[in-house]
Amino acid sequence: MTKRQLLQRIMAHLDRPLLAGMGMLMAVSLLTLYSAGEHSWDRVMAQGANILVALVCMWIVANLPLHYLMRTAVPIYVVGLVLLLGVLTPLGVSSHGAKRWLNIGVATIQPSELMKIGVPLMMAWYFEKHEAALRMKNYIVAALLLLMPVGLIAKQPDLGTALLISASGFYVLFLAGLSWRVMVGMLVTAIASAPVMWKMMHEYQRHRIEMLLDPTQDALGKGYHTIQGMIAVGSGGILGKGYLNGTQTHLDFLPERTTDFIFAVYSEEFGLVGNLILLAIYFFVIWRGFVITANASTYFTRLMAGSITLTFATYAFVNMGMVSGILPIVGVPLPLVSYGGTSMLTLLLGFGMLMSIQTHKKLVKT
Amino acid sequence: MNRRVELKNHQQEMFNFRLRLFIGMGFALVLLVALLARFFYLQVIRHEYYHTLAEKNRISIMPIVPNRGLILDRNGVVLAHNFSGYTLEITPSKVKDVQATINELSRIVDIEPRDRKRFRKLQAESHDFETLMIRSRLTDEEVARFAAQQYRFPGVEIKARLFRDYPFSDKTAHLLGYIGRINQADQDKLEENDQAANYRGTDYIGKTGLEQYYEDELHGRTGIEQVEVDSAGRAVRIISRTPPVSGNTLILSIDAKLQEIAEQSFGDHRGALVAIDPNNGEVLAFVSKPGFDPSLFVDGIDADSWKELNESPDHPLNNRVLRGQYPSGSTIKPFMALAGLYYKVRSPTQAISDPGYFTLPGSSHHYRDWKPGGHGMVDMFKSIVVSCDTYYYGLATELGIDRIYSYLSGFGFGRKTGIDLDGETSGLLPSQEWKQKHFKQKWYAGDTVSVGIGQGYSLVTPLQLAMATATLANGGIGYHPHLLMEVKNSSTGKVRKVDDPQAFDVRIDPENLDLVKRAMQAVTQPGGTAAQASAGAPYTIAGKTGTAQVVGMKQGEKYDASKLDERHRDHAWFIAFAPVDKPRIAIAVLVENGGHGGGTAAPIARRVMDYYLLGKVPDVPKVAEPAASAVPVVD
Repeated sequence: MTKRQLLQRIMAHLDRPLLAGMGMLMAVSLLTLYSAGEHSWDRVMAQGANILVALVCMWIVANLPLHYLMRTAVPIYVVGLVLLLGVLTPLGVSSHGAKRWLNIGVATIQPSELMKIGVPLMMAWYFEKHEAALRMKNYIVAALLLLMPVGLIAKQPDLGTALLISASGFYVLFLAGLSWRVMVGMLVTAIASAPVMWKMMHEYQRHRIEMLLDPTQDALGKGYHTIQGMIAVGSGGILGKGYLNGTQTHLDFLPERTTDFIFAVYSEEFGLVGNLILLAIYFFVIWRGFVITANASTYFTRLMAGSITLTFATYAFVNMGMVSGILPIVGVPLPLVSYGGTSMLTLLLGFGMLMSIQTHKKLVKT
Repeated sequence: MNRRVELKNHQQEMFNFRLRLFIGMGFALVLLVALLARFFYLQVIRHEYYHTLAEKNRISIMPIVPNRGLILDRNGVVLAHNFSGYTLEITPSKVKDVQATINELSRIVDIEPRDRKRFRKLQAESHDFETLMIRSRLTDEEVARFAAQQYRFPGVEIKARLFRDYPFSDKTAHLLGYIGRINQADQDKLEENDQAANYRGTDYIGKTGLEQYYEDELHGRTGIEQVEVDSAGRAVRIISRTPPVSGNTLILSIDAKLQEIAEQSFGDHRGALVAIDPNNGEVLAFVSKPGFDPSLFVDGIDADSWKELNESPDHPLNNRVLRGQYPSGSTIKPFMALAGLYYKVRSPTQAISDPGYFTLPGSSHHYRDWKPGGHGMVDMFKSIVVSCDTYYYGLATELGIDRIYSYLSGFGFGRKTGIDLDGETSGLLPSQEWKQKHFKQKWYAGDTVSVGIGQGYSLVTPLQLAMATATLANGGIGYHPHLLMEVKNSSTGKVRKVDDPQAFDVRIDPENLDLVKRAMQAVTQPGGTAAQASAGAPYTIAGKTGTAQVVGMKQGEKYDASKLDERHRDHAWFIAFAPVDKPRIAIAVLVENGGHGGGTAAPIARRVMDYYLLGKVPDVPKVAEPAASAVPVVD
């Protein structure tokens, strides 16, 4: 095998436009991390390692034929659900007042991360099984498949993850043809039940929403994140303060600036122009996801690809919305940019599936 | 058929799916556009606002406190200066148990009960987040000991601060006053005068004396350092710096050595002395005995020391020069004589016969002369030399209170002298109007009689008497006394002369002046009441003794100093100027409970004049003896 053949073999199941978009976002990630990490290579190297590991996993997934993917749906979902229940047992690990982790002896894992893929996968699998004659009953069962893990995650409490998994599940229901009347009904119910929800929420969750409405209320306490984020973004102006020159970043005013608030670092230093470029890259990636979805050959792959794409768009929106002060602080990383191995892995597994869907369909058709 | 339906269904399904996908795509696009709108709002429309906030985050403005100006005497001797020293300070809000911390600290550095009391007082007056001093002036060893253990004491730190030091301590306390911590009242005043900004970072302000009066000169201008800080408030780098401008140096007319000699000459006596250059009103010495240690106030006085000072029967906090109001006694006689000559009530040669007492027409009340049996025939010259009371009882009666008031107020009696110190009292020069206003009573002829010898209602401050004496010495041209001579700009080094003091003219006829001056000179010569203290002086002295009654004598009762409690003895006065022809110094001395002026007060004046005119330093300060035993009762 020549080098060229080897490269072709490697690239066979990778979608080049998608890969290009991802690559640009990862470049932004490494660039911004160098600034956010006080000119230290530590975080950059670590994130580089995260990316490499995740890329390998993505490559493997992209090379898996679709029926393998379908076969993993039920086991992943069941294991995820069992682990979520395990968090409730004494094996669960608490931190900062939330019980989200599970001690499995060798490591501490966060089962809700697994469900970010597990839930839409399971729902898409379920709809594929009943594709022939979809009735209301099927939507209800699919909704239950969604609500069981979401309920457990919300109880931890991890409202942000619960809402995002809800969103990815909802996208599956939506694309599977859930009737408009039901959706409108759900929306009305949601609005009507808001006061009840408010009462059921934890104190800190209420605070976050209150702070969103008026972050100045508690500028040094709960509102600090929001205010400092908005100051960083706003003070960036049109052209930004220049790379490595963000005062909010480098004088330590920005909290969590390598993870959830990395967008504030980027935005402060590159300004509105930089934001436009970043939004354009995200749009390109999302657009490519839609193209793949539109061309997907089976019901399962269509639902799966659509959900992955819309969820990705949602993540990006929620993170940037929260940093710029139009959404509450829910602890969602900026996809492919924020520092973190788990989110990188979860996202790239999704992209691996997208690539598999894109590159295996011809084989399926023939 | 079936196939077709299925196929159609499939197409329908694909259409539905793509429609929904399209809606999803639109949804994602809407989200991204919403973000873009938000970014535009934050980064373009509200950019200015957030830019300001970021700068405010980033930049902290730190005041740089200027060095307080020095105070020097006329020869450049330092009277007040600054030195840097270390203090141990506690921020109560950062300390769990303040009391326990202090106890623990006392094992490392010396903390006395006085320090604890002062700290408690400071704590009661301040906010918890302020850093409060527990010990000042730490030794190097104490600094080192604490530094080694600092980790055990969060919220406790050593600070380098500038201290105010007064080398002459209690000898200049009433003159210089002191600085103290800025309290709420000071703060309010600063804000009212729009000076609060210039006092950012300044802890101390002049509280009394010259430190207070010339606060604006002494304080200087606070510098500003713009510092970039991180979120923890740590300074990262300096952006800009406007250096502070030190306070100006005050150069006083005071002669420190003269002041010291005058102070020491009082010995254990309480009293006051003012020496003035009659040619320009420059105050050469300003002594109020006893003084106090001003450093007690600079560090913040503890309750015990305060109580001790405040309740002492010696009243060390009372500025006798400025605020002490005493009957002038016979020292008023030269001025009364000038009034008599001015209104032509008496001619120089006109003599009266003194039987030893004076009676008002139609009254049997005897106004006694100090000398039983009287002085015989007394003209004006003799009246001053022997200090004949009977002469002045009659003179005052003939002048009447209105003319006395009018003439004596020309010398500044009854009014503030306008010296550059706050808190001056105006003494009391009685008038008909005054009595009506204060007692709702008309003025009686009997009231005038005792005014003639400086008793009755009339009261003077030592400063007033010194100014009047200087005015007399200078031939009627008087100057309002002042302490500040020059102001030296600390940065340019330029010396600014204080504006020439405004002169006032009492308009004394040269012949009359000559008579009174000669009479006053005779007072210091054999036969005069101050002959003893003036003996052997190689220059001429004009003077007048006086005695101010502390307790009233009943009609027919005899004053016997030895039978009276020391504090009920008369106050002794002596006013003088020298040399007589071309006076260079005018003095007023008051010795509280000193008895007769010639015995206790005049020797003090002599020592001051000897130093000022001859440069003679008394070897051992001779403590004046109590008047009662040493000197016969004369006045």
